[in-house]
Amino acid sequence: MNLLLLLFFPLVGALVTLLNGKFAKQSALISSLVTLAFALLLMGDFVPDASSQFVVNYPWIPALGINFAVAIDGISMPLVLLTTGLFPLIILSSFGRNISQASFYALTLFMQFGLLLVFTATDAFLFYVGWEVALIPIYFICALWGGENRIKVNMKFFVYTIAGSLFMLLGIIYLHLQTADNSFSIASFYNLNLDAATQGWLFWCFFLAFAIKMPIFPFHTWQPDTYTEAPTTGTMLLSGIMLKMGIYGVIRWLIPVTPFGFLTWGHLALVLSVIGIVYASIIAFTQKDIKRLIAYSSIGHVGLIAAGIFVWNVQGLQGAMIQMINHGINVVGMFLIADILIDRLKTREIATMGGIAKVAPKFAIAFLIIVLGTVALPLTNGFIGEFLLLHGVYQFNIWYAAVAGLTIIFGAVYMLRMYKAVMQGETNETTASFKDINGSEYLVLAVVCLLIIIIGVYPNALLHISEASVENLINQVNSKLAF
Amino acid sequence: MSTLIVISILAIVVLYLGLFKAKEALLPVSVLGLVGALALAIMEWNSNAAPIFSGMMHFDNFAVAFSSICIITTILVFLLSKNYFEKISNNVAEYYTLILFALTGIIVMVSYHNLSMLFVGLEIMSVSLYILAGIKRKDFASNEAALKYFLMGAFSTGFLLFGIALIYGASKSFDLAVIAQYVIDRPTGIDPIFYVGLVLMIVGLCFKVGAAPFHFWTPDVYEGAPTLITAFMSTVVKIAGFAAFLRLFSICFAPLQDFWMPTLLIITILTLFVGNITALYQTNFKRMLAFSSISHAGYMLFAIVALGAASTNAIFIYAAAYAVSSITAFAVLMLVKVKTGGENFEDFNGLAKSNPFLAFALTIAMLSFAGIPLTAGFIGKFFVFNAALTQYHTWLVAIAVINAIIGVFYYFKVIVAMYFKENQTKQIATPVYFNFVLGLSLIITLVLGIYPSFITNLF
Repeated sequence: MNLLLLLFFPLVGALVTLLNGKFAKQSALISSLVTLAFALLLMGDFVPDASSQFVVNYPWIPALGINFAVAIDGISMPLVLLTTGLFPLIILSSFGRNISQASFYALTLFMQFGLLLVFTATDAFLFYVGWEVALIPIYFICALWGGENRIKVNMKFFVYTIAGSLFMLLGIIYLHLQTADNSFSIASFYNLNLDAATQGWLFWCFFLAFAIKMPIFPFHTWQPDTYTEAPTTGTMLLSGIMLKMGIYGVIRWLIPVTPFGFLTWGHLALVLSVIGIVYASIIAFTQKDIKRLIAYSSIGHVGLIAAGIFVWNVQGLQGAMIQMINHGINVVGMFLIADILIDRLKTREIATMGGIAKVAPKFAIAFLIIVLGTVALPLTNGFIGEFLLLHGVYQFNIWYAAVAGLTIIFGAVYMLRMYKAVMQGETNETTASFKDINGSEYLVLAVVCLLIIIIGVYPNALLHISEASVENLINQVNSKLAF
Repeated sequence: MSTLIVISILAIVVLYLGLFKAKEALLPVSVLGLVGALALAIMEWNSNAAPIFSGMMHFDNFAVAFSSICIITTILVFLLSKNYFEKISNNVAEYYTLILFALTGIIVMVSYHNLSMLFVGLEIMSVSLYILAGIKRKDFASNEAALKYFLMGAFSTGFLLFGIALIYGASKSFDLAVIAQYVIDRPTGIDPIFYVGLVLMIVGLCFKVGAAPFHFWTPDVYEGAPTLITAFMSTVVKIAGFAAFLRLFSICFAPLQDFWMPTLLIITILTLFVGNITALYQTNFKRMLAFSSISHAGYMLFAIVALGAASTNAIFIYAAAYAVSSITAFAVLMLVKVKTGGENFEDFNGLAKSNPFLAFALTIAMLSFAGIPLTAGFIGKFFVFNAALTQYHTWLVAIAVINAIIGVFYYFKVIVAMYFKENQTKQIATPVYFNFVLGLSLIITLVLGIYPSFITNLF
C-alpha cells in the first residue's frame, strides 16, 4: 500500500467531481470513501512503534534541497484516520442541503489533499505548501456558500491565518539556512542546535501560525464569526479537522524544533491556553445563538488540548492525541445537530426552540449522546481524553489543573442547559412540526454516536497507535533540554 | 547577438509593412519575427560568449535569460493587441514598430558590458515609450501620461548620466570589467567622486524601475497610457530595468556592498510600504495594479540588497512569475473594460458567473501576486526571501512578510468582486487570442508553482 495513493486520490476525486456536474455529491462521497479505504489499508500495515513508516522521498526543487518527503508515524496516523474518516461523514451530511454545485465538492476534496499533506509531510516546505493549500478551498467554501456577513468575516479569517503562516514561512527559511546539509527535512531541523535567543523568536514565528489556527486565546477573535457565518460543511471542516493542523503543528514542529524556545515561552503559552479555557467557557454561558455556543465551547476544549501539550509529559500528550480525534467526532456531530435545527426551524436562537424531544425521539437520543460525549461523561469518548489531559496538567501544576478542570463543570452546565432549552419543555408552533431525522442525517448521526461510545468504552486501540511515538518524541526533546 | 539584429530589422520591416498598408500582416510578421529572435537567443545559451564589439556588449547566460523572458512577454502583449490598436488609432504599424524598438533597447539593457551601452539602450527604450504613452493623441489622460513620463524620464536620465560621468572620472573607463577591477584594486582609497557617481546611478535606476521615493510618475502614467502599453511597461520594461540594475551591481559594485546597501535597504522598505499601503486605498483596478507593481519592485529590490550568488536566480524567477500574472490581469481588465466601460473593482462584479474561465484565470493571477503556494508567485517570493535571509536580513524579511499580508487585502478585493458579488452582466465574448494568452499564462503560473525545478537551476 503506497502512501502517495492516499495523498493524491482526493485530487483525482476533486477533478472527477468537477467534471461530473450532475452526480457531484455521489462522486465526492465515493472518492472520500475510497480514500478512507486506503487509509484503513495503511492502518492494517502500520506497526505501532516509534518509527516513520511508508516513507516516500523524491527530490522536488533540488536547487534548495526541497524534497517531496512524506511518512506516517504514530502521531500522524490518528490524524490521517480522523481526516479520512470524517470526510465521508461531512460530505454525507451535506446531502440534504441544497448545495449541489460540483465546485463545492471539488473544493472540499481539494482541501482534503492539503490536510493530508500537512499530517504526513516530513519536509518543512511541503508542510507549508499543504498548510496553505488547505486554506484556499475553505476560504472559498465559506465565502461562497456562507451567511450574510460572509465576505467581511472570511476576509478576517483569511488574513489572520495567512499572517500567521507567513511568519512561519520566515522561520522555516531561516531554519533551512542553518541546516548543515541544505535541506528542509524535519530530521535536519531536529538536529539543529541553535542558541536560546534565536530559538525564542523562532518559537514565536511558529507559535503565531499554530495559535491562530487552533485558536488559542487571544488569537481566537476570527473564530466565532467564521464558524457562525460558514455553511455547516465549512464549519465542520474548520472545527473538525482544520484546527488539528495547529495542534499537530505544535507537537510535530514547534516544540521539537525549538526546544529552548519552548523552555522560555512554553509557560506563557500554557497560561494563555488555560485563560482561554475559562474565558471561552464563560462566554459560552451567555450565548443565545446555538452555533456561537458550540464555537466558544470548541475554543474551550481546544484550550485544554493545548494545555495538555504545553505541559509536555506523556499523559498530557497522549490525552491530546486522543482528544483531537474525539473533539473532531463530537464537534462534527454537534454542528450537524445545529444544522438540522437551523434547517428545520430557520433560526439559530436557542430561546425560540423547545420540546423537540417529544416530536423527534431519534434526534433526541443522538443529540443526547453527542452532548454527553462533549461534556466528557465516563464511557463516552470525551472522558478518557479529558482525564488524560487533566492528569498531565496536574503533574505539572495542581492549580492549573484545578482551573482547567473547571472546563468540565462549565461545559456540562452550558451544554446540558442548551440541551434542556432546545429539547425539553413545551413545544411551540415552530417546533411542533419538527420532522425527525431521516436518510443521510440518520446515517451520519448513527456513525457519530457509535464512534463516541466505542472509543469511550475501548480507547486503548487509539492510544496504542500513538504511544511509542509520543514517548520517543518526549525523550528526544527532553534529552536536548537536559544538554 | 543575432537576436538584437533580428529585432532591429524586424521593427523596420514592420514599419514598411505599415507604409504599404499590409495591416493584416503586421501581427503575424511581428510574432514570427520575435519567435525567431527568441530561438536565436536560446541557441546562445551556455555558449561562453566573450564581450563583443570592443567590449560593448556581452551576451552571456544572464543576457540570454532576461532577453528570453522579455521577448516572450512581448509576444504575449502582441497576441493581445489584435483589434486593440485599430480601435484607438489609424496608424497601427507605428505601435508594433515602437514596441519593437523599445524591445531593441531592452535587449541592449540586459546585455551591456559598457556604461555607454547602458545609456544607449535605456534611451532607445525610453524614447519609444514616451511616444507610446501618448499615442492616443486626442485623449487628455494619455497626453498627461506622456508628458509626465517624458519629464520624469529625462530628469532621471540626467542623474544616471551624471553618475556615469563621475564614475568614468574616477575609474577612467566605461567598461564594466575595468570598473570592477578598479574597485577590487582599491580596498581603501576609492576616489570620493566614484561614490557620488554610484549614488547618482542608484537614483537614476530607481526612477526607471519605479522604486519609492522616485515612483510618483508611475500611477498617472500607468493609468493614462493605453492599457496594453501599461501592460508592456509594467512587465517588460520593469524587468529590463531590474536586469540592468542587477547586472551593474553584481559585476561592478559588489565589493562596495557596505556603502550602498543601507541606502538601498531604506529604498526597498519605503517601496514596499508605499506601494502596498497606497494600493490598499485604490478603487480603480488599473491604478491598483500600478501601485502593486511598485510593491513588486520592492520585492525584487530585495534580491539586489542581498546581492549574492542566489540573487540572479531569485530575480529571474520572480520576474517570470510577475510577468505572466500581470499579463493575465491586464488582459482580463481589457475585456472587462470593453464590456462595462469602467476599470473599477465593481466592474468585475459577478464575473465568475458570466465568464468562469476569465474569473478563474484572474484568481490564479491574483493568488500568484499574493504569493500563495502552488502558484509561480509563491516560488518567486520564496526565492527572494531565501536570498535575503542568506545575507541575514531577517528584519527585512519580517517587514516583507507584513507587506505580503497587506497585499492579500487588495488582491482579494477583485476575487471578492468576481465571486461573491452579484451583477447581471451578460457573458463577455473572449477572442481566441485572449483565451490562448490567458490559458498559457495560467499554465505557466501553475507549472512554475508546482514544479519550478527547470528554471531554478539556470544560474
